[in-house]
Amino acid sequence: MLISYNWLKDYVNVEISPAELADKITKSGIEVEMVEPLNKGISGVVVGHVKECSQHPNADKLRVCKVDIGQGEISQIVCGAPNVAQGQKVAVAVPGAVLPGNFKIKKAKLRGEESLGMICSLQELGVDTKLVPKEYSTGIFVMPSDAEPGSDALEYLNLNDHVLELGLTPNRADCLNVLGVAYEVAAILKEEVKLPDTSFTNTEEKAEDFISVNIESFEDNPYYGAMIIRDVKIGPSPLWMQNRLMASGIRPINNVVDITNYVLLEYGQPLHAFDYNRLGSKEIVIRRATEGEHIQTLDDQDRILKDTHLVITNGTAPIAVAGVMGGATSEVGEDTTNVLLEAAYFSSARVRAASKDLGLRSEASSRYEKGIDRNRVYAAAIRAAQLMAEIAGGKVAAGIVEAGKREVKSYTVSMAVSRMNALLGTSITPEQTSAIFDRLGFSYKEADGEFEVVVPSRRPDITIEADLIEEVGRIYGYDRIPTTYLLTEARPGGLTQNQAKRRGIRNYLEGAGLYQAVTYALTTPEKSTHFSFNGEEQVYPISVAHPMSEERSTLRMSLLPQLLEVLQYNRNRSLEDLAVYEMGSVFINRQEVLSDLPEEYVFVSGAITGVFNEHLWQGERKTADFFVLKGILEGLMSELNLSERITYESGIIENMHPGRTAVVKLDGIPVGFVGQLHPALQKGLDVKDTFVFELNATRLIDSEIQQMVYQTLPRYPSITRDIALVVDQELPAGDLFTVIQAAGGDLLKEVNLFDLYEGEKVEEGKKSLAFSLKYFDPERTLTDDEVVSAHDRVLKSLEERFGAQLRK
Amino acid sequence: MKDRLEALKSEAIDKINESVDLKDLQAVKVAYLGKKGPITEVLKGMGKLSAEERPVVGAYANEVRDSIQQELDKKQAELEEAAIAQKLASETLDVSLPGRPVKKGNPHPLTAVVTEIEDLFLSMGFTIAEGPEVETDYYNFEALNLPKGHPARDMQDSFFITEDILLRTQTSPVQARTMEKHEGQGPVKIISPGKVYRRDNDDATHSHQFMQIEGLVVDQNVRLSDLKGVLETFAKKMFGEDRKIRLRPSFFPFTEPSVEMDISCFKCSGKGCSICKQTGWIEILGAGMVHPNVLEMAGFDSKKYTGFAFGMGPERIAMLKYGIDDIRHFYANDIRFLKQFKNA
Ligand SMILES: [Zn+2]
Repeated sequence: MLISYNWLKDYVNVEISPAELADKITKSGIEVEMVEPLNKGISGVVVGHVKECSQHPNADKLRVCKVDIGQGEISQIVCGAPNVAQGQKVAVAVPGAVLPGNFKIKKAKLRGEESLGMICSLQELGVDTKLVPKEYSTGIFVMPSDAEPGSDALEYLNLNDHVLELGLTPNRADCLNVLGVAYEVAAILKEEVKLPDTSFTNTEEKAEDFISVNIESFEDNPYYGAMIIRDVKIGPSPLWMQNRLMASGIRPINNVVDITNYVLLEYGQPLHAFDYNRLGSKEIVIRRATEGEHIQTLDDQDRILKDTHLVITNGTAPIAVAGVMGGATSEVGEDTTNVLLEAAYFSSARVRAASKDLGLRSEASSRYEKGIDRNRVYAAAIRAAQLMAEIAGGKVAAGIVEAGKREVKSYTVSMAVSRMNALLGTSITPEQTSAIFDRLGFSYKEADGEFEVVVPSRRPDITIEADLIEEVGRIYGYDRIPTTYLLTEARPGGLTQNQAKRRGIRNYLEGAGLYQAVTYALTTPEKSTHFSFNGEEQVYPISVAHPMSEERSTLRMSLLPQLLEVLQYNRNRSLEDLAVYEMGSVFINRQEVLSDLPEEYVFVSGAITGVFNEHLWQGERKTADFFVLKGILEGLMSELNLSERITYESGIIENMHPGRTAVVKLDGIPVGFVGQLHPALQKGLDVKDTFVFELNATRLIDSEIQQMVYQTLPRYPSITRDIALVVDQELPAGDLFTVIQAAGGDLLKEVNLFDLYEGEKVEEGKKSLAFSLKYFDPERTLTDDEVVSAHDRVLKSLEERFGAQLRK
Repeated sequence: MKDRLEALKSEAIDKINESVDLKDLQAVKVAYLGKKGPITEVLKGMGKLSAEERPVVGAYANEVRDSIQQELDKKQAELEEAAIAQKLASETLDVSLPGRPVKKGNPHPLTAVVTEIEDLFLSMGFTIAEGPEVETDYYNFEALNLPKGHPARDMQDSFFITEDILLRTQTSPVQARTMEKHEGQGPVKIISPGKVYRRDNDDATHSHQFMQIEGLVVDQNVRLSDLKGVLETFAKKMFGEDRKIRLRPSFFPFTEPSVEMDISCFKCSGKGCSICKQTGWIEILGAGMVHPNVLEMAGFDSKKYTGFAFGMGPERIAMLKYGIDDIRHFYANDIRFLKQFKNA
């Protein structure tokens, strides 16, 4: 909302500067987002009187004017505007003047003719083109004929004003008008609001002889009032009114329309003026539109209506969409003489429905949507009628033709000073409280610190005690509220075990060399299904109803597609050595139609590509590979105390290299995978060999936690035996580990693979693996016999299970 | 014989002095003091001497032997010292060469900020509450005093999935869920960090996905002045001990009274600069006293219990703290960006 500082001063005494005022308003609850001077650096612009105006001898498009710029001083000024003419009062920037943008005016010669300054358009004075009245939009601005040559043109144009831009929260629709802001400012500055004088004399004629009003549903339209103003003369509105409209961001049109807009800004009441002669009947009926009914609106568009929309009709056809836009047939134009003025209260739901469906949002509709002051509708009608009489020469017929209730009863809200102080932590007295209610203009009854407050109709946001507490608090001043510390019983804060583990996973991965990424949860429908390891069960992607783009339309089921985008983004900047991970939610939906919330899991995923680590001058360089990443995962499982329950089995995952991917299983159930991207995908992404993992962290974390048990330090020596085996090439090493561990029994405490050989020295189709086995007993020194027998069991099992041969 | 011993002594000492390494020295030792060495020979021949001469020569021979040994020891120490010095000299490194890098990543700046804030509130006795990112209309709006058709819903254009399910637009539904779980019993003292989603076009200052941290305290006798205390502690810890805070009245549907908190500008300390838009104050968060309707809907008796809630944006805080000018940096994950937050 834009509020003119000078206009505001009509209703409330303000003795502080616009900036100081803005600061006070902000501190008491309405944020003033900007204080904008209308004078954008102008000086030296005066009123001029065009005495003569003749064609430039050397230029078709220029005129040479003789302009009186005060005290009889006549200046010759060359002007290019098509509308400049003799007798006009205009704004002249004299030599030495400065225009917005620090544009300095100097004496000049234009095509051989001397020019002592410039006749200005409104745009040249810093007014936004879309606010300049249409007739002046391509030329100079013509001022009223009574303007005094030589006087400050900015005064006439009200460009010495300031505009306060208010950032209004939805509860303060009462400040969507100048009077509402005046009440707020009056409360802040301890001043009184002066309402405008709206007295006028009406004619003998009675409005009811011209029109009847009927409302079909008082729920849709609780009140409708119509006034009749005859014999108006359509023309431009006075300059002061145009200035105020422009300062408030509204373009002047003609006096009648300007008056409705002016009163809208002043009272917050949307009004509509119909051309009475073109109504086509002598009745107004307000009803729901019929489904598919047409209306041609003011903007000459044909609109198709729905039965949720409310229309004003002449008894048969719609002549306006209630609260949204008037119809073209009854539009006020240059030849209009008789006006029907509408002042009504429409339900916000009806206005919202039509405004949304028709894509029409106006100053009027948005006010209806946010709620207007029911008890100000009539007053606004009277104000508009008065202005039509005053400035459009209209004759106002007696009375207002009404349907519905003009006013609603006020209600009261009670507030106890004791509860207020308990909530705010203050010690405000009942006397201070009464003083604040007085400033706010709220009437009340008080007994023993219990207030019974009559809520003014302009403040429908106040419905409960807390609302009144806020009103008192904000006027009292939040800076006067003390700082105290919570009295709640002290309890230890702390992370849950689950939260601590998630932090642990993050810290571990960062320690292992991966950078954390955070990506978007919304992706394309196609990518949302990539890398799924949900097995056979059917899952359904979740798409939002109105996405901003296809790119961000569907919730992810895997973090990897987005992590790959991160690789690609960096790759496009020639950053090819990367190690990143992300921890975030994925969304799994097993319902064909989403009726319950989907399953959400925290996943942790990572990707490494290019050089993983290097020490350049020593020539060491480790490129990302499967085992680098698997090693990181093994470390992670150890961190989570899950190593013994995790297995890695080769498996097929969509988009992954079929021979270089392991499904990670916890107690035999898949919880993720690790491997290389499918070469085709790598090529598509234009990345080097890339290795990724994805784990369902929720599953890992939620799995039963084994309490850590201290193991006594070994006091007896261990015995290590090495074995080299020759087995079939296809046999996974993991199977050997399992069998060795099982056969070795309790005494076998550690198994390590220390050599793997495939090549000439072993038979074709075979490979050789060498393991080191460490035996010990924490309780005593092992005898040779015990170790020999355990070791023999291992060898025998290996031979029986896999036909493994001892390599000599 | 004595002359013979005298000669052997000076001969041995010369040899010792001529030795250039420990091996030479060992040879000298064997040659003169060994079992087959000349001194032993001399002593073997003592039998031929008279009883008076024998102890004199014997004593003298031992004296010679001792002084050779002494010289040997002295020389050995010298040579060992030289050998060590030589070894050290040959082992000298160019310590200015770069060491082997330890591979280490770091958290995303948003995580760094969230963790810092979490730790701060954990130390004040808060716990961390979490909830789903896909929410019901009830918890996201209705339970927070935003019934269907409420104009304030326009403030948050939402990603609906169905009529009743949407991507949460705020982390406040976690507050509603947590309060419900408490079944009308205080105290509740939580913060809830998490991702939220709104239908915004991504640009330098808007993101359709962003983070929020909200806090909630519900108990008997919780006051707005207590909120001020908690926020002041937060502001000082996050932005520096000499920060001042200012509360301005504002509006949120789920709190009444509602406030916005500004902190005194940490760049210019209130004089006015580009960060604080010349006002000396920076808007940091929104807060307020929990609306009685919200308490009642969650099963708390609003006559008995009061509470406060606050909410802030980690992106905004990170942008202010680190001087980041474009919110999209957080989600592009340029590795050069991420690496800068090693010490964040
Ligand atoms: Zn500053």
